Amino acid sequence: MPLPSPRGLYDPSLERDACGLGFVADLRRPASHDVVAKGVEILRRLAHRGAAGCDPCTSDGAGILLQLPHAHFERVLGRAGIELPNEGDYGVAQCFLSRNRTTCAAEMRVLEDAVRHHNQKVIGWRNVPVDETVVGPLGRASMPAIMQLFIGRMCPAPAFERTLFMIRKRAGSKASEAGLNAFYPASLSSKTVVYKGLALPERLEAFYLDLREQETRSKFALVHSRFSTNTFPTWERAHPYRRIAHNGEINTLRGNQTWMRAREALLESEAFGEHMADFKPIIRPGGSDSASLDNVVDFLVSAGGRTLPHVMMMLVPEAWEGHDDMPPERRAFYEYHASLVEPWDGPAALLFTDGTYIGATLDRNGLRPLKYVVTASGFVVAASELGVVDFEAEDVIEKGRLQPGRMLLVDVARGRLVGDDEIKHEVATHQPYAKWLEDNKIELADLPARAATAPLSAEERRRRMRAFGYTREDLRVLMAPMATNGEEPVGSMGNDAPLAVLSDRAQPLFRYFKQQFAQVTNPPIDPIREKLVMTLGSCLGGEGNLLAESPEQCRLLELEQPVLTNDEFAKLVGGLEDFRVAVLPIVFDARTANPGEALDRALVELCAAAERAVDDGASIVVLSDRSIDQTRAAIPSLLATSAVHHALARAGKRMRAGLVVETGEVREVADLALLVGYGAGAVNPYLAFEAIDGLDVDTPRNARGENYVHALDKGLLKVMSKMGISCLSSYQGAQIFEAIGLGSETIARWFPGTASRVGGIGLGEIAHESLLRHAAGFDAEIEPTANDEDALDAGGVYAWRVGGERHLWSPRTVAALQKAVRLEDAASYDEYARAINEQGDHPYTLRGCLDFVPVGPPVPISEVEPAAKIVRRFATGAMSFGSISKEAHENLAIAMNRMGGKSNTGEGGEDDARFVPLPNGDSKRSAIKQVASARFGVTAHYLVNADELQIKIAQGAKPGEGGQLPGHKVDETIARVRYSVPGVTLISPPPHHDIYSIEDLAQLIYDLKCVNARARVSVKLVSETGVGTIAAGVAKAHADLITIAGHDGGTGASPLSSIHHAGTPWELGLAETHQVLVLNGLRERVRLQADGQLKTGRDVAFAALLGGDEFGFATAPLVASGCVMMRKCHLNTCPVGVATQDPVLRARFKGTPEHVINYFFFVAEELRAIMALLGFRTVDEMVGRADCIVPRSLEHPKARLLDFRDLLHFADGGAKGGEGRADQFAAPELPLSLGSSSTDESLLDGARLSLKYGEPTTVQITLTNADRAFGARLAGELARKYGAQGLPDGTIVVEAKGTAGQSFGAFAVHGMLLVLEGDANDYVGKGLSGGVLAVRPPTRAVFKAHENVIVGNTCLYGATSGKAFFAGRAGERFAVRNSGAIAVVEGVGDHGCEYMTGGTVLVLGPTGRNFAAGMSGGIAYVLDEERTLASRCSKAMVDLEPLTADDEEIVRLLVEEHVQHTRSARGRSILAAWGKRRFVKVMPHEWRRVLQLRKTGS
Amino acid sequence: MGDPKGFLKVGRVEEGDRAIDERVRDWHEVHLAAPMDQVRSQASRCMDCGIPFCHQGCPLGNLIPEWNDLVHRGRLDEAVRRLLATNNFPEVTGRVCPAPCEASCVLNIREEPVTIKTVERTIADYAFAAATSDGGPLRPRPAARLTGKRVAVIGSGPAGLAAAQQMARVGHGVVVFERDDRVGGLLRYGIPDFKMEKAIIDARVTQMRSEGVTFRTGVAIGSDVRGDQLRRDFDAVVLALGARTPRDLPVPGRELPEVHFAMDYLVQQNRRVAGDAEDEARAILATGKHVIVIGGGDTGSDCVGTALRQGAASVTQLELMPRPALVRVPNNPWPEWPLVLRTSSSQEEGADRDWSVSTRSFRAESGRLVSLEATRVFLEGGKMRPVPDGDLSLPCGLALLAMGFTGPERGGIVEQLGVALDPRGNVRTDASGATSVRGVFAAGDASRGQSLVVWAIADGRRVAAGVNAWLEQQPVAHAVGA
Repeated sequence: MPLPSPRGLYDPSLERDACGLGFVADLRRPASHDVVAKGVEILRRLAHRGAAGCDPCTSDGAGILLQLPHAHFERVLGRAGIELPNEGDYGVAQCFLSRNRTTCAAEMRVLEDAVRHHNQKVIGWRNVPVDETVVGPLGRASMPAIMQLFIGRMCPAPAFERTLFMIRKRAGSKASEAGLNAFYPASLSSKTVVYKGLALPERLEAFYLDLREQETRSKFALVHSRFSTNTFPTWERAHPYRRIAHNGEINTLRGNQTWMRAREALLESEAFGEHMADFKPIIRPGGSDSASLDNVVDFLVSAGGRTLPHVMMMLVPEAWEGHDDMPPERRAFYEYHASLVEPWDGPAALLFTDGTYIGATLDRNGLRPLKYVVTASGFVVAASELGVVDFEAEDVIEKGRLQPGRMLLVDVARGRLVGDDEIKHEVATHQPYAKWLEDNKIELADLPARAATAPLSAEERRRRMRAFGYTREDLRVLMAPMATNGEEPVGSMGNDAPLAVLSDRAQPLFRYFKQQFAQVTNPPIDPIREKLVMTLGSCLGGEGNLLAESPEQCRLLELEQPVLTNDEFAKLVGGLEDFRVAVLPIVFDARTANPGEALDRALVELCAAAERAVDDGASIVVLSDRSIDQTRAAIPSLLATSAVHHALARAGKRMRAGLVVETGEVREVADLALLVGYGAGAVNPYLAFEAIDGLDVDTPRNARGENYVHALDKGLLKVMSKMGISCLSSYQGAQIFEAIGLGSETIARWFPGTASRVGGIGLGEIAHESLLRHAAGFDAEIEPTANDEDALDAGGVYAWRVGGERHLWSPRTVAALQKAVRLEDAASYDEYARAINEQGDHPYTLRGCLDFVPVGPPVPISEVEPAAKIVRRFATGAMSFGSISKEAHENLAIAMNRMGGKSNTGEGGEDDARFVPLPNGDSKRSAIKQVASARFGVTAHYLVNADELQIKIAQGAKPGEGGQLPGHKVDETIARVRYSVPGVTLISPPPHHDIYSIEDLAQLIYDLKCVNARARVSVKLVSETGVGTIAAGVAKAHADLITIAGHDGGTGASPLSSIHHAGTPWELGLAETHQVLVLNGLRERVRLQADGQLKTGRDVAFAALLGGDEFGFATAPLVASGCVMMRKCHLNTCPVGVATQDPVLRARFKGTPEHVINYFFFVAEELRAIMALLGFRTVDEMVGRADCIVPRSLEHPKARLLDFRDLLHFADGGAKGGEGRADQFAAPELPLSLGSSSTDESLLDGARLSLKYGEPTTVQITLTNADRAFGARLAGELARKYGAQGLPDGTIVVEAKGTAGQSFGAFAVHGMLLVLEGDANDYVGKGLSGGVLAVRPPTRAVFKAHENVIVGNTCLYGATSGKAFFAGRAGERFAVRNSGAIAVVEGVGDHGCEYMTGGTVLVLGPTGRNFAAGMSGGIAYVLDEERTLASRCSKAMVDLEPLTADDEEIVRLLVEEHVQHTRSARGRSILAAWGKRRFVKVMPHEWRRVLQLRKTGS
Repeated sequence: MGDPKGFLKVGRVEEGDRAIDERVRDWHEVHLAAPMDQVRSQASRCMDCGIPFCHQGCPLGNLIPEWNDLVHRGRLDEAVRRLLATNNFPEVTGRVCPAPCEASCVLNIREEPVTIKTVERTIADYAFAAATSDGGPLRPRPAARLTGKRVAVIGSGPAGLAAAQQMARVGHGVVVFERDDRVGGLLRYGIPDFKMEKAIIDARVTQMRSEGVTFRTGVAIGSDVRGDQLRRDFDAVVLALGARTPRDLPVPGRELPEVHFAMDYLVQQNRRVAGDAEDEARAILATGKHVIVIGGGDTGSDCVGTALRQGAASVTQLELMPRPALVRVPNNPWPEWPLVLRTSSSQEEGADRDWSVSTRSFRAESGRLVSLEATRVFLEGGKMRPVPDGDLSLPCGLALLAMGFTGPERGGIVEQLGVALDPRGNVRTDASGATSVRGVFAAGDASRGQSLVVWAIADGRRVAAGVNAWLEQQPVAHAVGA
């Protein structure tokens, strides 16, 4: 059941998934059908976490893994006259086979042959009985034949499971050889069997008749319900796999796959002997991330020597690096294994089993939820959510959640639950790892000192700077801030310079690559506030056999971070006797007549030399361009690195040596990230160090190098964290980049595995550009002047400069546009539009390389829909009030409201006063309300005052990063609207802490639709390869509109490296999204918006033809309002009052709504002319008509090599197989309805009098985990009717019982009191807007409430006011970004009170690690009885101090209120012994400052 | 950048001119050099714009934000280098340029631009002062290697000089021909000393000689040396002849001896100031006369200042076009050059100005000019029409015609070389400055038409690059040093 083959921009390898999962195990009783039934029940209760695509009866996959149901098999086979051996003496292959009879027979033969090859006995085949009608047409179409082969044991029992593994591998490889691609054994084991497929999770049991049989018994059941981004879910991609089930995403997959492949050459195993060849590749190509991980786990466990927990610990280690509390032997275990294998990193909740053990673990970040319950009756249930299996209240003895990096294990055979410490201690003491490390690990300090190469002469330094393409801008704008402040520089207003492949200037090869980043399916990380999970440490040297464990395997050089100073590098080159270093020059002939050929030859020789060096025993291979001179030019270091990395890997030699690059080319973070991303273990940017020495800055020379390395490291962490990767060793070689403008041959040969969607240049052009630079350095006169800057080019990349890089925004275009809109001067607009549109032979953008081609006769322009109708499709970009001034922000809103378009609040909330129309009929209300990661001012009232709610996942200028608003722009008003503190820099978290995966996004969309059913929900993504697949998932999560933003979009403040080096043009992302949605049959569900440096009607026309229904503009309307591209937004000094909060400067704002409206009408009229020419009367007809675009023929030596075939692939048809004509894609403009939930209905019904008249009511209700966002609908209705102030406290009292689903009490408003007896899942009180929540354990519960978890992760995220009382512990990130709510809880997990800016949190119990990280406001009180807070608190922004008398009073009153709402035993005992407990106050520095200011009244 | 908020803390301050009653009594420069600390604080007002519109305003692409910052930080040596990187003669533009950079400065949205011109002049003055002590930033920069190619530059105005300097520095053998007795062209003889004293040209000539440029003054190309000769002796020829044909005023009385072209008048006075003995019989002097200057531009202003210094009884300046607005009109928005009323230092010294005046005739009594007869006009449908009853008569003893120039002198070398002209009569060139004749290039007013010094320098640099590129493809025809 293969996925569709690649077509257009669709690439099946980009599929993503995420899900719900769980297991149930019975510790006491023998195997039972009850356990199977409970497993099925879990599936049913997690159905909402899975998804279905355009066919509502086909799921993305569901499955269950059981112990072999011997009794059942014995009976059914017996009926067929086959006698089964005893339990354990046979294995079962659960196979997906071709439905074609002949092929099926061949596949069966292959498996049988493999059984015989390994001398086992073929007992017989069985058709697995299924009810096909249960599955929808899509699922049925791809359904395999499902059969079981029973295999008799003919070897000693201990070897049987391994033999079965070998049979499976052999059969797999023989099947591939024979082209039998449908052959897929879902499981092949003597212990377990997997039933999985595309039935809806709640109907899996109806599909597989076996599951209903009473004799189908097991001691455990492991289940999984899948949410895939596409609608070509395939049967084999359903979970569970053979060993694991996974919720989340492995971000480092590409690196893991490459490294695993590289290690294969070194693998040796006694157990496998000569069969090893059957196992390669260990990771089956084309599998998902989960399948790949399963392959590796399966292989390592089957090879023996390591237990399943051991394997899980080495592949998915917890964050041990900065963890001082960790037992030393465990640290040693992790450190040792770090030299064997890099972490499989990414958000992961993993369930694993070998039939004897069943366990669960979370990755180091713990971003996927996993809750567990242990009952007195002997059940252990672990699942994504609480409440998936019902137990009597008094039966529950423990309720908890798995914490980041922790493991939970059930020993099924012995009927024992094993805790994290016990398992890990056992594994960690398996060998004397600490001693091994001590004896073998090498540190830089251990290497003999060696003098560094002498500094270059000034002339030579300048020659090299020129030869490596340094510009004055590099020195001044990039490197000087790094060398002086240790920070990467910040810029603003996006990027309007040409792509490297379109530039007329010789570009470093680095510039052809763009960083990829996480969006939706996996979260980015905040590398600053959550640095405890991040590490730049790595090991350099040769690795050994992964299957062995020996002391020598850690004979490696340990590095704290990958940048080597010139002194450190000299030391490294010295090496040791048994640790030798080979230095290979990376140069090619600069005097050649055929540069491309010379470069090619040099690369081939280099790779051969590297292989020889490894063969000769080098532990480290250094690639060095030191030796360049007049006749020898440098090979681009990235090209050399990737070439050698891949060549060694292909030759099976990569793991025998580390790779270090000594280069003059690297100067900024993006360069370093690329080298590491393509395999370098360490980099010595020698020329950069010399360049910063030569800088004319005040920082002393000796501090500059340190600052510079610090800045590089910080930047590298940021680049890694953008992708959600925590460890350098996982980032190394992971190739998390895509290329724009590199030809397919170049990619295939030198950068295999890298996406490059529009082709481009080859080695010839690369060599030519290198030689141009080289000549500028070595063939030119270098004037002897006092400083380096004079010897260099201006640059002009970050800002327009005469003689520098070209920019679309130039004095000419800005001036002409402003003149046009101010004077309503069409001639000036034409001048502007021509300057932007007519790019001639010097294109700036991909669309600049394209032209229109009419596919029908033109139509008279009078028949084209009027501009007034077109402008309704226009929206202004998400620019926050804060980043731009009140004047500019409101001006845009009024303009857009007047013309029926939409303006966007941006991330900064919105002043309530703007919701009320002005007397003249104008409105300052932004139609689009953004919901971004910081949730500034996201209240119920804010949400109901919107026509569209936009979830910002990423932003073009800094995808994968949070927004930032510098403190000097946060005045009183902005702080009020954002519920934050004046003067304090506001950092938005890089991820939404309630969106770590696609099903989380579905949840947030659900939440928002509950609050405001009238608004459409849009999701803003940034263009990158694979965005179409993400968008398909977003569409399935019920978004109404998806924005695809280009990489070049504006920003008020962003690191320059993010503005320039991440993301791709919207043309690519939009086309891919449209194509993938059409292919999936999802295009009609969702509208698409294009966004990113749209400037003219021509731009809009291309956006429509490539699939856009709507169009976002930001920079251009700002320019129309007076912006002159100062690029000083981040400094608050905008001289035209646009992007500043300085009242003096704001007074200079001269824009009017008319200016903005004039601009949009000019654009619409220009578009109409194009429509007439192309023969379209309406924009709807244009959407997706890529057949109306052709590439222009260009003279530009690089641009002419681009290949637009995939971009211009005309998507028709698709999953629905219908006609799918482009003009039928138009999705509804109005929001999709969610349907209703019965509990919500009864709540609304129960509270109707309150809603209508404000009368008090009490409602009683029972909840299950399927009742999500309980209360949100009522909150929305109340906010709509009663505004921000809501109703008097306690007007509506809800008494609920049971386990609440996610987002319990989300956005609850004043007047709502929700009391829940039971427990609740994640996101309790999300966006709490004045309501009061109380959650308490059932009265009959016997467990100790304060030691057990009662609410899940990320509670009170973005709460702005209200109160919450939880009689038990909460999960991770309690009260994250709380800005006003008051909460009492009896213990919290990691990252409590993160990014908090206001409110009060009282924790009557322990906190996890990283408490108060990024906390700038509000106060937390912690009952710190074990005195652990000090070590677990992140003290960068807060002080810990004793309580004052006032504080004591506050705390006592809160505890009293807590007891009153929850009857908390904990609370009562504290009150009983008042004054004897040790409370600590957590006080943010900034908050103290503000309180003092308020006190003094200034 | 030095101080991102500088523009909020410091207002625009323009350094003064010398007092009028003092300055009209001599020929020294009117404009005062600004004190260094003031210049530094003024330079701090530069905002280092994301789009430096000043770059667009300046034809040279002067790296204004960069040297503003360097001056602000007191790094003057670097500022000199950065300034000289794009401008061969900042000491000239710092004095006589109308500063389109300031017009397009983003701070000029509020009409308080950075004092870019003053900063430029300050840097240039610093460079000159440094040159006197230790050779400093103005030391010659001769080419390291000679190319063996020879280039003739015809004309030693700003375009010719800039081209010559650029070409000499890449190693070509450059000979500059000047028909006057001194080098400088319009710079020397067109601009009065009270705007720019001429020592700065001499310093440049000295520097350029050390860089290998040969100056041959008093040689009239076209007559002393003919075109074919020039082509034989040189690998390339650059015509930097200027646009010396003045626009005439063919009205009755034009032939009177008291009616002169402005340039004839200004050249005489410049020679006089330089110490040349003039033939007093042919002297054009304003002393005691009612002087009328026709033409409201810079040349007219120069005549005004010169006449006042010569002791004219009165000076009146007439302009055909209507009086510009006092402030920008909406359809002339920033960053366009503001078409507003400007008052030059010379006008400030005591000229009457009148607009919308069209001269009908010069009236003589006894063969001597006594008055100028004119009519008030208004613009209608692109034509000037007389205002009814708008005749006026102004007493006049000396009339100076400063109505611009119509192009290069067309006979002589232009004809001999056979270069094609554009419709306006200027030498036609492509983007590299090449004319229709291989190896012959043109720059400055000769190809552009009458324009600013800053454009001439920019053209000179561009044509030098064009010549270099062209010569690179030519075989060596002359021995080094020939």
